Amino acid sequence: MLAYSVRRLWQFIPTLLGVVLLVFVVFNWIGGDPAYILAGKIANPEQIENIRRQLGVDQPYHVQLWIFIQQVATGDFGASWATNEKVSDIFTTRLGPSLTVLVPMLLVGTVLAMAAAMLVAFVRGSLTDRAIMIGCTVGQSISILVYILVFQYVLAYRFGWFPVQGWGSDVAENLLRYSALPIIVGVVVSLAPDIRLYRSYFLDEINQDYVRTARAKGMSEARVMWVHVLRNAAIPVLTHVMIQLPGLLAGAFLIERFFSIPGIGREVILAVERSDFPVIKAVTIYVAMATMVLNLLADLLYRAVDPRVQLK
Amino acid sequence: MTADAGGVPAAAGRASSGLWASAWRRLMRDRVAFASLVILMCYLALVAASAAGFVVRDWSREVGVSYAPPAFMGPGAPPAPAAAPAATGGPNEADGASSAIADPLAEALAEIRRQLASAPTPEPKAGTLVFGGDKWGRDVLAKVIKGTETSLLVGLIAAALAVLLGTLFGALAGYRGGWIDDFFNWFYSVFTSIPYLLLVLAIAAVLNQKGILTVILILGLTGWTGVFRLVRAEYLKHKVREYVLAADAIGVSDARRMFVHILPNVSHVVLVQLSLHVVLFIKSEVILSFLGFGVGVDAVSWGSMLNEAQNELIIGKWWQLAAATGAMAVLVTAFSLFTDALRDALDPRLK
Repeated sequence: MLAYSVRRLWQFIPTLLGVVLLVFVVFNWIGGDPAYILAGKIANPEQIENIRRQLGVDQPYHVQLWIFIQQVATGDFGASWATNEKVSDIFTTRLGPSLTVLVPMLLVGTVLAMAAAMLVAFVRGSLTDRAIMIGCTVGQSISILVYILVFQYVLAYRFGWFPVQGWGSDVAENLLRYSALPIIVGVVVSLAPDIRLYRSYFLDEINQDYVRTARAKGMSEARVMWVHVLRNAAIPVLTHVMIQLPGLLAGAFLIERFFSIPGIGREVILAVERSDFPVIKAVTIYVAMATMVLNLLADLLYRAVDPRVQLK
Repeated sequence: MTADAGGVPAAAGRASSGLWASAWRRLMRDRVAFASLVILMCYLALVAASAAGFVVRDWSREVGVSYAPPAFMGPGAPPAPAAAPAATGGPNEADGASSAIADPLAEALAEIRRQLASAPTPEPKAGTLVFGGDKWGRDVLAKVIKGTETSLLVGLIAAALAVLLGTLFGALAGYRGGWIDDFFNWFYSVFTSIPYLLLVLAIAAVLNQKGILTVILILGLTGWTGVFRLVRAEYLKHKVREYVLAADAIGVSDARRMFVHILPNVSHVVLVQLSLHVVLFIKSEVILSFLGFGVGVDAVSWGSMLNEAQNELIIGKWWQLAAATGAMAVLVTAFSLFTDALRDALDPRLK
């Protein structure tokens, strides 16, 4: 396991270099000289000149690339062009709100989706199964934007059950008061695709030989499902959740934006709207790193819960 | 399956029908697939008509009053059309009365008034529209049709581009192996380690120019990874099959083996992926346009309609939201059901 982890960590290097190169090509080469973007934001020409010098815009590309690699290595991406806040500070202060919404969303969503998937897999082929599957297909075809708009309008604006948006400084208040509706919306949006996917995991397991053996031994259907099938089907579900996590971090940006949660996703949107390149660059690199680490963790976890898996 | 069974569409008079013919038959037997195919055809016909300019060419004309309600709801609360003429007439009148001395511009003013009077009076604005109107009184039905054109075209072209790239890269990597495979795998791991929407947004931020072409390029150039992985796996499987070895033995070139011999045998994978990606890209385009990084202000898409609907909802004007959502839900549901059926029909194990 250790040798495997070291080998995988070693493989991070070329991938990370590739990500750095991709971000560099997109922002420095396609993006070009930032002076014209900065001109609209910063009145002080000296400051613009300063930023240009920091990025080495007037230097050849290989020097610029080296400057960028140094930024990645030291984690110092400079200051935001829009707010002049240090990029590293932005990342650390926005992570908390994002996780406050994401972690409960992921937990509740996974438990509900697994329960529903087990139910429909158990009664596969029946009217219930088909109705839920059609419901999932239709539910999936509605844009996440519509879910957010309608839930926010009906539950928060019309009925007043939740605050329309907002965020405080108290963790408990944020979690119970402000995160409730965003979590509900996130869970509802993820249910349809997750039920479909998890149902296929359960069906894969139900058709295995060990299930037939368990039934042949006279085991009750409940025990077959809850003890044998559930534990085996939980393995791919776990992997799926782990791999989904980094995407969610940036992917929940729509929810964060609508409910004005000061998280990383909202920061990404703001940065894109303001052409705030340092922030976008830093978020992209950090999220890519998180993705790689979580993928490795998912594989290790896979091995830990399922001894049949051989890591190569 | 024999070597040539997969490729050619069933030749007439052959005893066993080919993969495509039998898949088509299975598809047509499936009632859900047939119904969704009919819906897709209707959408495509509508988009073709709209792109060619037969319908909704003047979607941006302000044909109704502001926020005209849908026809079935009847005309809404007191319409406020009186405000518009009063605004133009009022100040002029006052201006003329206050100047007691001969107004040097009186002649010109009178001329303008005469021209105004002789000019065709603007057609009366409709109090209700079929699906209602937006803030400027534009017909929501026309906007939805125009938006369908934008969204579906972006989805189709971007999916074609992504699948083309993915197939090409996958074929090269899987068939050639060696350093080419290593290179493309590296490329793949780089692209997949950045969450898709983050990558799309980052590129949108840099390009900083809106338009349908930009959206197509962004989605197409970043969306090839899923196709690549599957096509590469298929090529790895197929390149050691006997029919490929036989082609090698009679001196067929590498390129011909890759794209004439193997490609038809993996084309069912490509086709299903194409269908999946259309749905994925339609959804992505809606989000991009909603956020204002998609199509420009001169175009309309479901995303930009949802963006307008965001503010309309609070004042109770729900119809634009409903129209865009409905049009999208029907299309995407039909496309998803069709994709599922296509996958089943093309799977030889389920014959």
